[in-house]
Amino acid sequence: MDFSLNEVQEMLADSIEKFIDNEYPFDARQTYAASESGFSADVWKTFAELGWTTVPFSEDDGGFNGDQVDVMVMMQRFGRGLLVEPFLANIVLAGGILKRVGSAAQKQQWLQGIMSGELQATLAFTEPQARYDIANIATTATADGADWVLNGQKGLVFNGGTSDLIIVPARTSGKQDAESGITLFAVPADTAGMSINAYHTVDGLRAAELTLNDVRVSRDAVLGGKDEGFVALDETIDDATLAICAEAVGIMQVLKDKTVEYSKNRSQFGVPIGSFQALQHRMVDMLTVCEQAQSLLLWATMTVAEGGAEAKRAVSSIKYLVGTSGQTLGEEAVQLHGGMGVTWDLDVAHYFKRLTAISQLFGNADWHLDKLAA
Amino acid sequence: MHVTFSPGELVFQEEVRAFFRDEYPEDMRQKRDKGMELDPDDQIRWQQLLYKKGWAGINWPVEYGGTGWTPVQKYIYATEEANANAPLVIPFGLSMVGPVIYTFGSEEQKQRFLPDILASKVWWCQGYSEPGSGSDLASLKTRADLVGDHFVVSGTKTWTTLGQHADWIFCLVRTNTDVARRQEGISFMLIDMKSPGVSVKPIILLDGVHEVNEIHFENVEVPVENLVGEEGKGWTYGKVLLQHERANIAGVARSRYRLRRLRNQVKSSVRGAAPLSGDKNFMRRLAAVEVELKALEYTELRTLAAVSSGKAPGPESSILKVKGTEIQQAIDMLYVQAAGYYALPYVPDQYRPDFADQYIGEEAETQSSLRYFNYRKASIYGGSNEIQKNIIAKHVLGL
Repeated sequence: MDFSLNEVQEMLADSIEKFIDNEYPFDARQTYAASESGFSADVWKTFAELGWTTVPFSEDDGGFNGDQVDVMVMMQRFGRGLLVEPFLANIVLAGGILKRVGSAAQKQQWLQGIMSGELQATLAFTEPQARYDIANIATTATADGADWVLNGQKGLVFNGGTSDLIIVPARTSGKQDAESGITLFAVPADTAGMSINAYHTVDGLRAAELTLNDVRVSRDAVLGGKDEGFVALDETIDDATLAICAEAVGIMQVLKDKTVEYSKNRSQFGVPIGSFQALQHRMVDMLTVCEQAQSLLLWATMTVAEGGAEAKRAVSSIKYLVGTSGQTLGEEAVQLHGGMGVTWDLDVAHYFKRLTAISQLFGNADWHLDKLAA
Repeated sequence: MHVTFSPGELVFQEEVRAFFRDEYPEDMRQKRDKGMELDPDDQIRWQQLLYKKGWAGINWPVEYGGTGWTPVQKYIYATEEANANAPLVIPFGLSMVGPVIYTFGSEEQKQRFLPDILASKVWWCQGYSEPGSGSDLASLKTRADLVGDHFVVSGTKTWTTLGQHADWIFCLVRTNTDVARRQEGISFMLIDMKSPGVSVKPIILLDGVHEVNEIHFENVEVPVENLVGEEGKGWTYGKVLLQHERANIAGVARSRYRLRRLRNQVKSSVRGAAPLSGDKNFMRRLAAVEVELKALEYTELRTLAAVSSGKAPGPESSILKVKGTEIQQAIDMLYVQAAGYYALPYVPDQYRPDFADQYIGEEAETQSSLRYFNYRKASIYGGSNEIQKNIIAKHVLGL
């Protein structure tokens, strides 16, 4: 039994922590979030130079041979720094599909560029009517000679406005919510008929609504087998769920620490507010949530990495905890900061907003609790 | 990062499993599985079987006859013990006073008391709380005044679990009232329950069970050699003991066993009703507790891993008692809800071995509410959960 990081993970963690401490202060984050693209191209270049963009890819693909545990180590730290760079969209989502079902040629064409940081990519994982069911896909792909023609709508495409490549799951057979009959397409964002309506999200990140109107791609755009896209999509979303949960746990730890620190410095009635028992017990509850979430994150991530029968339960368990007691922790952090907690200026509010966004992603707490209750 | 056991640990796990399969008496197994309490004779019989096997002193060092097990081995043991639904060892001798004596006691005390504790030949009970001293333990008033070669003890101890069966009691008593801090002047003392002036008064708990007592001391003479360690250092010794108590009462393995059992139970129809597994609200509650418990299991494992590698346990260890008891109580409530109307009949007699009348309810359903009532104690004993939070706020968060 061993919960310590191995040497490589230790180095990875160390380099990310140093980068955040030295080069990613909160005001820089705010500047990047408010910029045209919503993130820093320079920082993304640094990600690539340091090899962070290669972590979950195999050595054969030119990657670092990492697994979900390595991504967890990274994402937890990205959460602590509240980074806005598109690691989730490029590496976990688009990269997750490409590494699973991309052909050698497709990996050469797309994955190499993702890892080198020269290409921006994302996955259109949901549709306006689908809620949390990733199999609910109304977007159609129809064969036309050697081509496929795609029509439909995708919602909340992370970093859709800045992506060069959008991976589009489309229905090639079966009912609208059937797991079989889904085919994955690699579609360049500038393909005719792609209409991308980009917007800000409440957590300072970016997404887009995507309309596909007779988008024509060649058969080379098909990733994996026709009608067989669900497994790769499902596994990739599980990875992404774990990744944002790791990010959330990092955020929760920061919120707990900042709250405890604030309560020691903020004086009212002539004493630090941290001397009030009513607040002390609430901060102990915050600590408890952090420790419980850290424990469950470790279990969930190791379970998925080892590929056991419990993998699905593991993903739902941690997402449920993050969406319930994690969300409450965020509310408490804001509450204990008093008026300051509800200002735009204070970083606490922005950590809280990201935590709230994570609660809604890839199935909220109720969605995952229903899976666990079944 | 991995959570697999080493080959040696797997061999050990097999040995423990085999022991519970082959040596745990069938009559006790049946009683426990039907929700019956074991009587003191059963309890002693079981503890003496553990002693014969060399597994009585789980936390004891080898030199005093303990197992010398690693934290991982103790975890494996606790898991198998829970999976067998075997009774917990009564903690007062083996887990509480024993460690205090071998850590702080004299050579003579060690030789006199430890062998009988290990062999469960002497029943011990605990004298900490007093009617006026609950969470504020340092306010205790039971006095021990030195008169010649003995102390004269007067005062009242309360919440003394199973004190009605006890041969000996270990107590915190005040030997000095002229002190700067209330925590000073308290001593740790061993008292023979047969001493003149000791009387035991039952306290019946809300489930109707005689489990705890009030113990009165009226000018009880206690030889000076029954003082453990230094006079006035009892608070320090007592705290060591309480820390031990807190870690043990997380009860993760027990809770896991009880949840797994409940998951199985709700799949079947009771009295022709639709299986409870079809009740979405109930199943959601059950699943939510499972998530919390899985997290606590890994919190405990993180603590074990830290201790195993020679590090001090981190802040994660401090939450075990609070979270562990909250989960135990949540599971108790799930059993009550599963029983529905049949949580109501108050029929404690039917859980006695000699019961011959018509049994009411199924599968110990009517025991569920009694257990729920009884285990409200879990968040109160061992330092109430509010006291735990005070301690965490001060020592972990630095508030």
